[in-house]
Amino acid sequence: MTHPHDIPNQPRRLLGKRIPLVDAKRKATGQAVYTDDIRLPGTLVGKILRSPHPHAKILSIDTGKAEALPGVHAVLTGREAPARFGVLPVSQDETALAVDKVRFIGDNVAAVAAEDEATALEALGLIEVEYEPLRAFLDMEQSLEPVPEELRLHTKTVGGTNIHKEVSQEFGEVDRAFEEAAWKKTRDFRFIGVTHAFTEPMCTLAWFDADDRLTIWSATQVPHYLHRALSKVLEMPMHRIRVVRPCVGGGFGGKSDPFPHEMVAALLSRKCRRPVKILFDREEVFYSNHGRHPSKIRFGLAVGKDGTIRALDIDALIDGGAWGSFGVVTTYYNGVLANGPYRVDNFRYHGRRVYTNKPPCGAMRGHGAVNTRFAYEVLLDEAAHDLGLDPAEFRLRNALPPNTKTVNEFRITTSGIRECIERAVEASEWKRKKGNLPFGEGIGIAGGFYISGSALPIHWDDIPQSTVHLKVDLDGGVTIHSMAAEIGQGSDTMLAQIVAEVLGLDIGFCRVRTHDTDTAPIDLGSYSSRVTFMAGNAARQAAENLRARLLRAAADLTGYPVEVFVLREGEAVNVTRPEIRVPYLEAVRRAMKECGALQATGSYRSPPMGGKFKGAAAGLSPTYSFQAFVAQLKVDLETGKPRVLDVWAAHDCGRALNPLAVEGQIEGSVHMGLGQVLSEAFLYNGGNVLNPNLCDYRTLSPTETPRIHPILVETNDPEGPFGAKECGEGPLLPVLPAVANALYDAIGVRFYELPITADRVFRALERQRKRRAVKDLAAR
Amino acid sequence: MTRTRILRLKINGHEREVAAEPNAILLDVLREGLGLTGTKRGCDMGTCGCCNVLLDGRPVNSCLVLAWDCEDREITTIEGLLPEDPGALHPLQEAWAETGGSQCGFCSPGFIVTAEALLREDPEPTETRVREALSGNLCRCTGYKKIVEAVLKAARSGRGVEVGS
Repeated sequence: MTHPHDIPNQPRRLLGKRIPLVDAKRKATGQAVYTDDIRLPGTLVGKILRSPHPHAKILSIDTGKAEALPGVHAVLTGREAPARFGVLPVSQDETALAVDKVRFIGDNVAAVAAEDEATALEALGLIEVEYEPLRAFLDMEQSLEPVPEELRLHTKTVGGTNIHKEVSQEFGEVDRAFEEAAWKKTRDFRFIGVTHAFTEPMCTLAWFDADDRLTIWSATQVPHYLHRALSKVLEMPMHRIRVVRPCVGGGFGGKSDPFPHEMVAALLSRKCRRPVKILFDREEVFYSNHGRHPSKIRFGLAVGKDGTIRALDIDALIDGGAWGSFGVVTTYYNGVLANGPYRVDNFRYHGRRVYTNKPPCGAMRGHGAVNTRFAYEVLLDEAAHDLGLDPAEFRLRNALPPNTKTVNEFRITTSGIRECIERAVEASEWKRKKGNLPFGEGIGIAGGFYISGSALPIHWDDIPQSTVHLKVDLDGGVTIHSMAAEIGQGSDTMLAQIVAEVLGLDIGFCRVRTHDTDTAPIDLGSYSSRVTFMAGNAARQAAENLRARLLRAAADLTGYPVEVFVLREGEAVNVTRPEIRVPYLEAVRRAMKECGALQATGSYRSPPMGGKFKGAAAGLSPTYSFQAFVAQLKVDLETGKPRVLDVWAAHDCGRALNPLAVEGQIEGSVHMGLGQVLSEAFLYNGGNVLNPNLCDYRTLSPTETPRIHPILVETNDPEGPFGAKECGEGPLLPVLPAVANALYDAIGVRFYELPITADRVFRALERQRKRRAVKDLAAR
Repeated sequence: MTRTRILRLKINGHEREVAAEPNAILLDVLREGLGLTGTKRGCDMGTCGCCNVLLDGRPVNSCLVLAWDCEDREITTIEGLLPEDPGALHPLQEAWAETGGSQCGFCSPGFIVTAEALLREDPEPTETRVREALSGNLCRCTGYKKIVEAVLKAARSGRGVEVGS
């Protein structure tokens, strides 16, 4: 099959092939270097003193005894670096360490750098802090009340409350659509928080060296935002700060903010001029959180008698914890991302994000869209059931077509939702199974819709969102410079594949250097599922620019016009006379004659799009991914434990540049989504995290994870690099409601609260048994 | 106060001497004392398996083992699985790379040494057996599918038990 994206006269060699990740061997041998694996001479251990109070004024901090302890090299308090930062310019509400008050148990109060861990911990114990406890806001509803200023978590809140952000949007005529609907229902859904649970704890190594420059190695998804935040907090120009991103042991959004501990390590190092490493223990990782917001969502759905969706009316209250983080975006995403994958003409959304005295919430895989998606798809299932429609057929009837605009002016280009539904239905044998499985076994379907990169950059400036530089020297190797953060999703491989494909080279010619802000051009980082689309397009453009130089060189060497040459299999070949060939290295040498090593640049910026109303930019993306999943499960009727057996996961990824990597993203997303629907819960006892470890915070183990069947749907996006769009987040969305809908099919019970654990299912079965018994009795 | 002792440890087939206090944890001795950073620290409480190494051929959470208890015992870390032939990979490592068993890769060393212990015991395990053997290891990236495939592939290659210490 040929695609409009194919390179003329050049058979595809790498793209579309199952290519092992370029760092796979290093990772399988233990040679991959993560931040904590870096050893610098004289490195000190940095430790952070944490707040025992959920909300309290800091009256005084006495660091005298800690400073006097032998082996302690620096002690830091918040007042020494009060500049505020945050990932979003509109929510600069964090400081390196608490300045006047603490906002959650585990908040950062003071820090030390010492010769070893024992000394650092001893020093923390010697720091004397006097607190005046304040009323703690632990439930979202408490944060809606107007309160005196000292009880507000931050200075910028809505109307004197602890509401961080409130948004309202309405399109069409929602009330009228509800009045005229043949079927309508409004339900309340509750979602507990979940967290990323990446395997590598946060780690940062900072070295303020003799040249007065700061180098920071950090496990981060967003080196560029970290770079900016460090500059602000340290009050140092960016050019004197170098951010290095070693291998990152999983992110999923949990390493996509600049973090206080990164500021603290840098500040401590500046104070004592020694390298300082801060490595979190697992408990600290939970205090740092930034996981998915707990939420309460009231979801109203109206359906016409022809089985079309008429209106959505959504109200979301989301728990942001102590800081802003990505929360303004989250607040919008909880509503606006319900505008796909089905056509909706009447849409209303009211969302509020509140501050509470708990560890902050932020971006997590499927950011902002997951909980609303659950509510939506469960209600769709109810509607289909009540209206006597097949849930898959019902969704097909409402599928958003390609090349359209949603009511809130999302520009839809490719849409694979129809094919996703059809292929998931076929692969799962839906038609044979649906309604025909014995009691206790069930099958469910759900759809999904996600952005493929946020079209609007966080900082509203004119620079491209992704830039890629290439360098080729006499050795012929192509060095790819980019700041797109490889976090395990395979972005380094994606860049190498694209560049090698365009240049007609073996992938081994490419050397990917995406870890150092000193050498790589700016890329906004690995979040919002933007990297393949944006950095991939930049890489393609850079490689095409380089190719033009090599083809020119081949033309100069042979005397034939440049247009007849293509690069393939390591040669420039004249397609009109294939015996005329110039080896790649000769073309490189010739092209270098003018100015030495070859350099080429490519960049990507989203095209203008979107409406003019308030909040119009939220959720805009150059393209969107679509999903439809079918889940099949069996409930243990004795214990209530639901066991998911199979998930058929059809995902429209535009074009699978590397099916091996795309499958990996889908499989991982399914696993993470299953965790949220079945077992994961970020628990509190008051303001205390109750389960800050991977034993009590339960992700699914190898034996609990079902068979996952990825189905790649390729719509060949016209603006994606070689047709590709995202595959890292969208595939998480449908699995949660697909499981809930399968549970209904299995036992006839709906669940509106997550996680759906065995005890909840057991209680539901008990209620069902009692109801049946009463009914039987009455019938007698 | 401290009673630091020089331990003689047999690691990856070599005798190594390292100073360790009585409460020193094997993981710390490997990473900090001996620079064997292929073994990862994920949780410090035996829940994630990132720090797994083989102790006399059996997988253990090295974060839960006292270094003093490891004298006169064979310790195998991920570094020790590499065959002597330069440039060659252990069949599990080869399979891991080819099937996509690693994404972020942080859990891979722990998984691979655990899988090695399984294949030594059962060179032709069923998928269920593989999943059970790996159930003390957590991965957050892959959904385990390609990890299980990698182990089965290495087993099929029939060499999973021949290489390594």
